[in-house]
Amino acid sequence: MDYKPVIGLEVHVELKTKSKMFCSCLADYFGQKPNTHTCPVCLGLPGALPVPNKTAIEWCLKIGLALNCKIKNFSKFDRKNYFYPDLPKGYQISQYDMPFSENGDIDIKNKNWSKKIRITRVHMEEDTGKLIHSYKSGEESTLIDFNRSGVPLVEIVTEPDFKTAEEVVEYLKKLQQIVRYLEVSDADMEKGEMRLEPNISLMIISDKSLPKYKAEIKNINSFKFVEKAINFEIKRQTEILKSGKTPIQETRGWDEKKQITISQRQKEEANDYRYFPEPDIPPFKFDDKYIKELSTQIPELPDTKNTRFQKDYSLPYYDAEILTRDKKIANYFEEAVELGLKEKIEPKRIANFIINRKINFSEIEPAAIIEEFKKGKVENVDNIELDNILDKVIIDNTKAVSDLKNGKQEALMFLVGQVLRALGKKADVNLIRERIEKKIK
Amino acid sequence: MKLNELTIKQSIEGLRSKKFSSEELTKECLKEIKKKNVTLNAFISVCEEEALKQAKRADKLISENQEALLLGIPIALKDLFLTKGIKTTAASNVLNNYIPQYDGTVTSKLKEAGAVIIGKTNCDAWAHGSSGENSDFGPTKNPWNEEYVPGGSSSGSAVSVAANMCIASTGTDTGGSIRLPASFCNVVGLKPTYGRVSRYGIIAMASSLDSIGHFTKTVEDSASLLNVTAGTDPKDATTPNVRVDEYSQDLDKGVKGLRIGIPKEYFMEGLDNKIKEKVKRVIKFYEKEGANIVDISLPTTKYAIACYYIIQPSEVSSNLARYDGIRYGNTRMEFGSEAKRRIMLGTFTLSAGYYDAYYKKAMKVRTLIKKDFDDAFKKVDAILSPVSPTLPWKIGEKVNDPLKMYLSDIFTVTANLSGIPGLSIPIGFINDLPVGLQILGPNFSEKTLFRIGNHFERSNKNGL
Repeated sequence: MDYKPVIGLEVHVELKTKSKMFCSCLADYFGQKPNTHTCPVCLGLPGALPVPNKTAIEWCLKIGLALNCKIKNFSKFDRKNYFYPDLPKGYQISQYDMPFSENGDIDIKNKNWSKKIRITRVHMEEDTGKLIHSYKSGEESTLIDFNRSGVPLVEIVTEPDFKTAEEVVEYLKKLQQIVRYLEVSDADMEKGEMRLEPNISLMIISDKSLPKYKAEIKNINSFKFVEKAINFEIKRQTEILKSGKTPIQETRGWDEKKQITISQRQKEEANDYRYFPEPDIPPFKFDDKYIKELSTQIPELPDTKNTRFQKDYSLPYYDAEILTRDKKIANYFEEAVELGLKEKIEPKRIANFIINRKINFSEIEPAAIIEEFKKGKVENVDNIELDNILDKVIIDNTKAVSDLKNGKQEALMFLVGQVLRALGKKADVNLIRERIEKKIK
Repeated sequence: MKLNELTIKQSIEGLRSKKFSSEELTKECLKEIKKKNVTLNAFISVCEEEALKQAKRADKLISENQEALLLGIPIALKDLFLTKGIKTTAASNVLNNYIPQYDGTVTSKLKEAGAVIIGKTNCDAWAHGSSGENSDFGPTKNPWNEEYVPGGSSSGSAVSVAANMCIASTGTDTGGSIRLPASFCNVVGLKPTYGRVSRYGIIAMASSLDSIGHFTKTVEDSASLLNVTAGTDPKDATTPNVRVDEYSQDLDKGVKGLRIGIPKEYFMEGLDNKIKEKVKRVIKFYEKEGANIVDISLPTTKYAIACYYIIQPSEVSSNLARYDGIRYGNTRMEFGSEAKRRIMLGTFTLSAGYYDAYYKKAMKVRTLIKKDFDDAFKKVDAILSPVSPTLPWKIGEKVNDPLKMYLSDIFTVTANLSGIPGLSIPIGFINDLPVGLQILGPNFSEKTLFRIGNHFERSNKNGL
């Protein structure tokens, strides 16, 4: 019997609002001294009450809109009740049956395929504190840091539309790109600003309905691990199914050292969260006018920008994709293009320059690039052409190369001269020098 | 008249005209506490040193002719109100040594208005109860007859004012916890509109029902205290930005032309006949004074207790989760049986598979109860009813019958479920025990309630 994977995804994204979700403590906790960004509210002290952060809600709605979700006119917060030491109130303020937005979709693609992933819901909640397990004077102890407690989190849930780990990674890249474009989160995986929870099951190819079980993998913090964990699960579950058994419904974790997933909690141990409407926060009403106003504030997103770059600047998809990966680079490029227009410098040449050279964007102004073009320093050097010439020059000048390796800098200038001669036109000497050094190293 | 027997108004007049100092006034109250607290058990903590310091500071300000609404007035706080640096227990052993790091909004407002915080009053633990007997610090006694309960949960706050141990006190009212003890102790008790007074920094019982109010010796004092505590609070999202009235205005406007509703459901079987008779005489009084008495019906009243005892424990079970034994010194074993009962009830009603049958249904009933009042207030300006179906009962009489205890809130829980304000005023005695009248009005109609209450109080100095 043949099986196909059915994969869905829950992603938590931490917003980079100035203050936390329900109090005025600073939300930026990374690298801070433990328990310095706290107050009665995020410590869950007796009598403390949550007051929702309007900006965080607006940003959550924007993520919803960017993912083509429908914003609900009526929404509310709920309490998710469970005991855990990092949860000082004994409940997490989250959203249950009326998330801020739902029913969206997102297009993902790479060189060989493209597909649509449906978004189930985008909702808002608060982050928990952090447990730090340590040894102190020979004794095992667990410490709690509440700096993260109450930091705004957006949870984005997809339908089980993925078939491969590759698709999941493409989706994650796209999602990360979108929240960065919206400037609502840096989505830095290493800082835990984006956390991933794939759920995986296998179904018989000819079956119509989804499998009755799924394995959920908790809190993965890298795209690479998510890929490995999914592929491991597919293998593990295939083996179970092939042996005639059904995998159990459970929560598993990714063990980085052993490169396997391990069981953490099974269905019968699952929590009953006893959700009910959060009485401390009145429900929300968003009228159509407000939602429309908000959607006008959504910036041009990567897909649209990519298409426009291809069209407006006659760029190939590949170039446009690189230039639109990061909004800062895209803006930089467009600024340079505008300046270059007067000097009749084609956008494609500027694109090549930006793509080929690793420019330090914060140091070099776009105007400086145009200056270089103007001075004639920079001809439109084709990257592949340059590469071929470099290779040839290195092969033809073994002595100079070995001199250079021995630290003779004059040899470098000699090689640059050879390359310039072979090119037969003016080019950026610094670029060539860098490339030679890189090749030889 | 002894200083501690004065009202807020009389105290302020005396202080401003330098007839006596705040220190003298505070000392008189402290003396009375020392004398009576041994038997009445109204206070869990008495802040003698701090109170005298505050009183001296007030005296200095008064000598500089500074004015503040409560400058130099000794006020007691229910031990649910967080006070920075002063032990706050919720009358539970779970928090029996908890010292808060911050003042709640009302505490801050009272301090800013110059009040002298004299102590923290006893109550049913976590405000769970109608008699004051659920306190882990022992029951409070009724000053009119020490064998009787003072009503709860704000038992100590009601008693502290009734026994002249302070000039006024604060309370919380989730199902009648201010109005019932006010009625049992012969003082004025106000449950403001939900959200009129900030809940920030007050230990939560059931968040969607908790209303923050106070006890005073007169209706006029009740209005002047609300002038200090009312208002929207950026730290409490449930305090709407509704204009705060000048509550002391119009107190003497009389009741002529006011339409006063009498709900038949509040006068049926179960109500003590003598109480019924007395309340009817009060209604007659208002009629004679020119009010239009209108018979009305609030048909969903009979579902109120059932509805309340789903929603309230549900929220309680969640609100008490933070006292998980990790943070506040004592473990969950220290919860008393009433708290445990409510935690279990609430956990059950919110559980998957039961939520729709209990919590969700109760929320629907709550909407209907609200609608009943909305409809009624299209026809009338206020509603009169008894506060309690019975007179105060003997200590120990109902402790083994929680259901009977719950039923004592039958006339008060409706105001919490619908959010409307309620004022309890003394109307006299039966068998030497106090009886109260409940005046209900639409949301944010406190001013009208004071006007109606004040008119009776002025005309019937010793009740009816």
